[in-house]
Amino acid sequence: MIKNADQIFVLLQHWVMSFFPHALQSLVGVLLSVVSIICVFPALFAISVLLERKGLGRMQNRLGPNRVGPLGILQPVADGLKSLTKEDIVPTSADAVVHFLAPVFLVVIVFMGYAVLPMGRNMTLVNLDAGLLFFFAMGASTELSVFMAGWSSRNKYSLLGAMRAVAQMISYEIPMLLASLVVVMMTGSMNLGRIVDVQNQYTWGLPHWYIFTPWGFAAFLLYATATTAESNRSPFDLPEGESELVAGYFTEYSGFKFALFFLGEYVGMLSVSGLGATLFLGGWSAPLAILNWVPSWIWFFGKVMLSICVFIWLRGTLPRLRQDQLMNFAWKFVLPLSLLNLIVAGLWRFMGEGLTRWVVCSAILLVAYVVMARVGMRKERFGPRSYRYAE
Amino acid sequence: MTIVFYLIAAITIAGALAAMLLKSTVHCALALTIAFAGLAVQFLELDAQFAGFAQILVYIGAVAILVVFAILLTRGSEAPKGGVFSKSWPAGLAIAAMVFAVLGWAVLSSTSVLPNETAKPTVSVLEIGNALMGRYVLPLEIIAVLLTSALIGAVIVAKHEKGSAK
Repeated sequence: MIKNADQIFVLLQHWVMSFFPHALQSLVGVLLSVVSIICVFPALFAISVLLERKGLGRMQNRLGPNRVGPLGILQPVADGLKSLTKEDIVPTSADAVVHFLAPVFLVVIVFMGYAVLPMGRNMTLVNLDAGLLFFFAMGASTELSVFMAGWSSRNKYSLLGAMRAVAQMISYEIPMLLASLVVVMMTGSMNLGRIVDVQNQYTWGLPHWYIFTPWGFAAFLLYATATTAESNRSPFDLPEGESELVAGYFTEYSGFKFALFFLGEYVGMLSVSGLGATLFLGGWSAPLAILNWVPSWIWFFGKVMLSICVFIWLRGTLPRLRQDQLMNFAWKFVLPLSLLNLIVAGLWRFMGEGLTRWVVCSAILLVAYVVMARVGMRKERFGPRSYRYAE
Repeated sequence: MTIVFYLIAAITIAGALAAMLLKSTVHCALALTIAFAGLAVQFLELDAQFAGFAQILVYIGAVAILVVFAILLTRGSEAPKGGVFSKSWPAGLAIAAMVFAVLGWAVLSSTSVLPNETAKPTVSVLEIGNALMGRYVLPLEIIAVLLTSALIGAVIVAKHEKGSAK
């Protein structure tokens, strides 16, 4: 019974497949997986948008959406219908083909990343040998669509937003890759299924997740910072800073194309959360050995939604960075720290079992963190805030 | 060499042709990306996962963006008025043909150097890693030093400009 609950989607897929002739079975299986990914993640997108609007409302002492349905829970449906029925405006001077292709390209690319994520025991669409590389290759391609959107709109705000977004995404892609590389070093494989399997072991009922090691913890924090910037979320939301750039690279998009960008952003956020959970939080494995009876997919999606809540919390809490702060933070703090983390991971590997490696590795990372933060902040002076125009 | 190969090859060549023939430079850059993507899919079709994904990551994720940035930061994306063709195009054509001939000759004669490579080799990422860290560690390190020096050089060039502007 418990085993069936764990494998319910796999069994369901095999049951549907059994209705088809043998030659078609593998094709039908793949199609089923693809369709379920394309259905499940937009549904999660709707839930997280509602969660975000409600949560932000709560943090800002207001109600948030409360008109459509009980407690406003049908708001995503209303939003979806609205964006479908709105007029689709393309500016006259815009480059129509590129303008049309940009959102389509973005959504396709973002969904491709899910192909390699293990969403539960035996629930990976394609078990690639170089799965992590595939995920990052897809993630890197989204930059091009952002650029296409910004450039083809022929709008200065769009272009500025796109340039900001691309510069930011390139800068933070490097620390993201380096932070994930630590996991590859320790696992010895780029296969995401293998990475989860290695973490799915228990000592005294506690899991071997990578976040519970000094280098893993540091890498997780670096990865979280870099992916927040990658998905253009607050406090790194300069590309769409509404007080400066209207809406950044998708200023000139309306109707369903705007909704596609919105979808792309959230689905991208869900996918990087899924990858973060896979790399550092043990993917679909349970947090305690005694909780192993809970179906694996519940853990995966639970971890993803928890990360989404942290994203929302950060958005409600932190102020937006300035462009130079953003770049300095990426190149002078996150990048050196992730390089150091690689060395620490190597040290951890060769120091053998025991308490010494815990002390030494944690001390190196902590000292580096404190020293680099101090040195970086040395020139900053925090006086009373001065207003140039408002006084 | 199936129908898939010819489809991908057609898309790649179409992208490369468009990159040469289109008027707007940004369109050319985007068309070049199609050629890159076609090449990546060709690698995947040959079961070379690492090469294919690295091609996407490096060429689409970085090189194409760099090209586009360079276009936007320098002359603007409008097509030049005097036409996009340089006056010395016959010489360029001759050089391109010669380079192509040398490459083609090298590829075609490589079968006689390695006559036993009939079976499709299966190369996992792990093997590539082992080879890079074992037999080919010296070339890897040399490339790393070269790239680092290029990086430092780029920083110095950028710094110098900033200093003189002030």
